Amino acid sequence: MKALVWHGTTDIRCESVPDPRIEQERDAIIKVTSCAICGSDLHLYDHFMPGMKSGDVMGHETMGEVVEVGPAARKSLKVGDRVVIPFTIICGECEQCRRGNFSVCETTNRNKDLADKAFGHTTAGLFGYTHLTGGYPGGQAEYLRVPFADTTHIKVPDGIPDEKLLFLSDIFPTGWQAAVQCDVQPTDTVAIWGCGPVGQMTIRSAVLLGAKQVIAIDRLPERLSMAKAGGAITINFEEESVVERLNELTGGKGPEKCIDAVGLEAHATGSVDAMYDRAKQAMMLETDRPHVLREMMYVCRPAGVLSIPGVYGGLLDKIPLGAVMNKGLTIRTGQTHVNRWTDDLLNRVLENQIDPSFVITHTEPLESGPEMYKTFRDKQDGCIKVVLKPGMNGGLHA
Amino acid sequence: MHDVVRRTALPGRSQSSHDRLARGLGYFSIALGIAELVAPRAICRAAGLRDLEPVIRGYGAREIATGVAILGSHDPEPWIWTRVAGDIADIATVAAGVRQDNESKGRNALAVATLAAVTLVDLACASGLQAAKDNRKTATMDYSVRSGFPRGLKAARGAARDFKVPDDMRTPELLRPWAVASGDR
Repeated sequence: MKALVWHGTTDIRCESVPDPRIEQERDAIIKVTSCAICGSDLHLYDHFMPGMKSGDVMGHETMGEVVEVGPAARKSLKVGDRVVIPFTIICGECEQCRRGNFSVCETTNRNKDLADKAFGHTTAGLFGYTHLTGGYPGGQAEYLRVPFADTTHIKVPDGIPDEKLLFLSDIFPTGWQAAVQCDVQPTDTVAIWGCGPVGQMTIRSAVLLGAKQVIAIDRLPERLSMAKAGGAITINFEEESVVERLNELTGGKGPEKCIDAVGLEAHATGSVDAMYDRAKQAMMLETDRPHVLREMMYVCRPAGVLSIPGVYGGLLDKIPLGAVMNKGLTIRTGQTHVNRWTDDLLNRVLENQIDPSFVITHTEPLESGPEMYKTFRDKQDGCIKVVLKPGMNGGLHA
Repeated sequence: MHDVVRRTALPGRSQSSHDRLARGLGYFSIALGIAELVAPRAICRAAGLRDLEPVIRGYGAREIATGVAILGSHDPEPWIWTRVAGDIADIATVAAGVRQDNESKGRNALAVATLAAVTLVDLACASGLQAAKDNRKTATMDYSVRSGFPRGLKAARGAARDFKVPDDMRTPELLRPWAVASGDR
């Protein structure tokens, strides 16, 4: 089958790889109908995330049709079922899964020892990601083997386009969890850094959850235009001071809820700390660029909440924990507990409360995936979200 | 516009031919730099130069720094132009520093010709990367009609306010806004 394969820094190739097959009793194989490139795929593309190996199949936003089911998965799946695959692989049985903390499933990371060493304790296995999270082949491919398939799936009805459902796999529940874990109140100002795909979903989630005002921060006019369409007040950080503007919009008190939808590759024009991070990262003395975290900690209202769906990978410098401690801020973060939210979110899609396909700017054949990584990373051609379709001819752009 | 991006890429690969050439030049830069740092006398002899070991060592450090920057940067183009500038300095140094014996003059001419060839490769790479970048520049897209709310923004505001936030994600009562905690909405 064809798949997008990682070969090194900025080197993704569309290649032929062996078809997946049932390896464990709880496995299923799905024929991929749609998959997407996620912002966190770019951390692998740029090789900021450790633990990748040449030959790894990329992708963790995938949906399709079940074509083969292992004997132990037949109680909940059958051939022909239409499923979205969450990016977190979950057993459904361990203590964390039973508590709904699916992204820290204790069972599914087959490289548990590696994760124990890196993070202290293992987290869930993830599709198409670093070997720290199991090194499972991903879904930017024609077929995907789904381990623990009896629990690792979201069944979706026929008759609705893939585009409305695909993002249940990651960015929609990720944006939702980012807002939910802020415990949004009707009096709240929610400030969201980053208007990429997760940022856009977070904006919509905060609006649905009833925030008084939602403020979105980015530098790209096309992304800010989409944020504004979703109900956000926008700040272009290349044109105005984020801190001054946020204080101005909140009567000098700062936003109660701050959300980092950027993560480890923050781009901050001209700020001293951003130059510091760039220099240290180039010398391999720091793994991540935490400009957004610092700014959130500084500007957040005392007793506020910092929500961090943005991905971080390692060791960060100059974090103003003094501000966090003295202002009594609460930090909530983590990979998304996808299946905790998807029943509710699927209903919201079916009820037309939200249509997540608004974020798609490029639909391309799977074979164009490698080029689209570059287009997406460089934010060219107005690119915000790329959907890839195995077997598609030609491409569609916004 | 997107088709232009496509033409600059190798089929089925994320790296264009110029991206791959740039990475090759990055490795070449580092290898040459190490040679210049470790064996400057041998380099001088091979290029028919007078005793310019300290200068050659300095150039070696420059080559290594440029190579690391090329390999470590998302956008190698400015660093390839830095290589072009370095090439010109190299050619000037080699041409001016020639020993005045016939054997050295012959070696020197070969060295200048080699440097000129490398300069052409660097120029081709830098120009190619720049052209690809210029081609990718695009008019800003306007997504101001993409609310994502089929029933409109007004209907969406607070539509999920009845969602019950799980207990483990709720703000402790004492940290909640006074108006909310006291039930005075």
